[in-house]
Amino acid sequence: MRIGSVISILMKTHQSNSPITVGLFVTCLADLIRPQVAFAAVSLLESAQCEVRVPRGQSCCGQPALNSGDRANSIEIAKQVITEFSDVDYVVVPSGSCADTLKNKYPTLFSKDMRWARRAQKLADKTWELTKFLFEKVELKGIDAALDGVCTYHDSCTGLRELLIYEQPRELLKQVKGLRLKELKDSNVCCGFGGLFSLKYSDISTHLVSDKCTEICNSDADMVLGGDLGCLLNIAGRLRRDNKKARVFHIAEVLAGMTDGPAIGDPEESE
Amino acid sequence: MSEISSIQRVEFQDRVRTALNDVNLQRAMAKAKSGFVDKRLEAKSALPEFDQIRDAARDIKDHVLSNLDTYLELYEEKVIENGGHVHWARDAEEACSIIAEICKASGARTVTKGKSMVSEEMYLNPALEAVGMEVVETDLGEYIVQLAGETPSHIIAPAVHKTREQITDLFHEHHSPLGYTDRVTQREALVNEARSVLRERFVSADVGITGANFLVAETGANVIVTNEGNGDLTSSLPKVHIVTAGIEKVIPSLEDLSVLLRVLARSATGQEFSAYTSIYSGPRRPEDGEGPEAYHVVLLDNGRSSMLGGDYQSMLRCIRCGACLNHCPVYGAIGGHAYGWIYPGPMGSVLTPLLNGFDSAVDLPNACTLNGRCKEVCPVHIPLSDLLLKHRTEQHERKLTSATSRWILTAWTWLVRRPRFYQAVMAIPLWTMNRISRGSGRLRWIPFGRGWTDTRDFPVPSRKSFLRQWYSQEKGHE
Repeated sequence: MRIGSVISILMKTHQSNSPITVGLFVTCLADLIRPQVAFAAVSLLESAQCEVRVPRGQSCCGQPALNSGDRANSIEIAKQVITEFSDVDYVVVPSGSCADTLKNKYPTLFSKDMRWARRAQKLADKTWELTKFLFEKVELKGIDAALDGVCTYHDSCTGLRELLIYEQPRELLKQVKGLRLKELKDSNVCCGFGGLFSLKYSDISTHLVSDKCTEICNSDADMVLGGDLGCLLNIAGRLRRDNKKARVFHIAEVLAGMTDGPAIGDPEESE
Repeated sequence: MSEISSIQRVEFQDRVRTALNDVNLQRAMAKAKSGFVDKRLEAKSALPEFDQIRDAARDIKDHVLSNLDTYLELYEEKVIENGGHVHWARDAEEACSIIAEICKASGARTVTKGKSMVSEEMYLNPALEAVGMEVVETDLGEYIVQLAGETPSHIIAPAVHKTREQITDLFHEHHSPLGYTDRVTQREALVNEARSVLRERFVSADVGITGANFLVAETGANVIVTNEGNGDLTSSLPKVHIVTAGIEKVIPSLEDLSVLLRVLARSATGQEFSAYTSIYSGPRRPEDGEGPEAYHVVLLDNGRSSMLGGDYQSMLRCIRCGACLNHCPVYGAIGGHAYGWIYPGPMGSVLTPLLNGFDSAVDLPNACTLNGRCKEVCPVHIPLSDLLLKHRTEQHERKLTSATSRWILTAWTWLVRRPRFYQAVMAIPLWTMNRISRGSGRLRWIPFGRGWTDTRDFPVPSRKSFLRQWYSQEKGHE
């Protein structure tokens, strides 16, 4: 133990001049559906002088199993994520609900296994949601992005209530030139996504996302932003089905100035 | 087992569909929703120490639950000292027969009732009617649902699912024979008409039955909070007063009561205090001018004691304020009746499987987005959404979920634990979806995804996943 702590102190002294390493947990939705969110996250982290690593052995955080009450399979996935991200200083996740899974749920999975419980806690302690990390941890200044238009913001439930993310995205958006933020009525009310809930209880889910889209339309904003792709896919899916004009982006895309291409669910040859 | 769950699933989904298509319900719920939320927030904001009081309220309830036997015995002692009787009921059936016996022994014909969810839990009204009693609900909301032949859809606002027009129709139908032939439509006129009809009932009742928001161990008193005063007339006018309560309602002292009352009304209706807070501690004493001749308390267990010391003990802190219902988006969409039993919303979804059996309500813990708003507003910090997740785990372990869904989760876990293979496999649907969408950016149908695509487009995935782009284009990352 003593030798170990001496070594770790030496390591820290040695590392103090080198940039902090950040492991990007891409999330399966960003990986498969909206890679631009992950590229935006990399660009933002690099502009904050972080050395970004993307461990190859990652896929999903395990929420579908976890939220279905399947602990055995959740544990398997958690162990893999814990191992893949063991040698970075921080883990950053462009999603509140996935970050919460790593940070608050994994440590509850290993009540009977002290060794893994410790490792899970270590991962939990260094895991951050992207906007929280950029605003609180590295205090990112000088965001070089511009977006002329009125945006509104949907607060995803898990980020809002479990990770207390509310001010951080709003503060960061203030740095985007031309962007005017108009608050969304009931921005803290669930959009009805809820992962598998949206398929299993689609009638209720549809009712909730319809309410959300009504408020978005009432806000008259050109764009709706958020920090969780699950919610954004749900909202964009409903807006597109109803041919509503509001465009949907992940906040990372806006902060990284990657809004020239099509918005979520929009046709490829967008104007 | 999976057969049971599939039958209930259909029933639940049917009730949900009916609720979502019920125009009156949707109108009534839309009206009620923001009112409760805004008023609570206002009340909370006006009391800076609200969150500290919540912590104290939680601690009081936790202390009681750790010493429940002691406080119940102390409470019983005090009730007897005050001249009252305490009856212990293991389950609903036993409680009903105790109450029916008390009514019969006192020669009662008419019973008035103050609002009591625990009596709904016992199915008390039909049990009393079966032994020849006429039962009259005196809480306005309860009275409305009784006239409609329904059960409450909300634990503090039983008729929240009804529009004023529906109430007008109900009153007109039931009050015309009593001489109230004018069709009244305004809120105040409706209340006055009900008041006038009920007044006669209060005077003629033989037995009054109320619930209890709290039972105070140090004095043997029961406490009820109402906004209509009906509880007082039910408690004090008839010659017999019966209090029904779950065993978890006991608290140590009046000082604790003052803490709990400060969070109760604020969380429930956004009031600082409800209009009436009444404390009753037994039958009429010689020096009292009024009050009942006999005072009975029926304490119901019905599964509560088995929650003690277990994973769900915190649910017994519940003070039935209804804040979790008022803030639940699912409750707001489907109303209380769709939940299938008397306790709806988040607290009901936690409680129903515990009191009625895990296989009795497989859908309830799942029909939740885990948005956590219930947990956020609970005045006694019950981690409601965590308990719902706990239920899901319990269901999974008891194999109450379908074999197919469990198999899919295992197969999917197998796949995601092999990231390179996963990347290769996922490339197939990505390629296919892009071909089909032809640059439109959206899909109107995806296999096994009709639950989504019947009402929403599915945004088209990228041609190539992020990880494949990262590792192929930027070789330096290898």
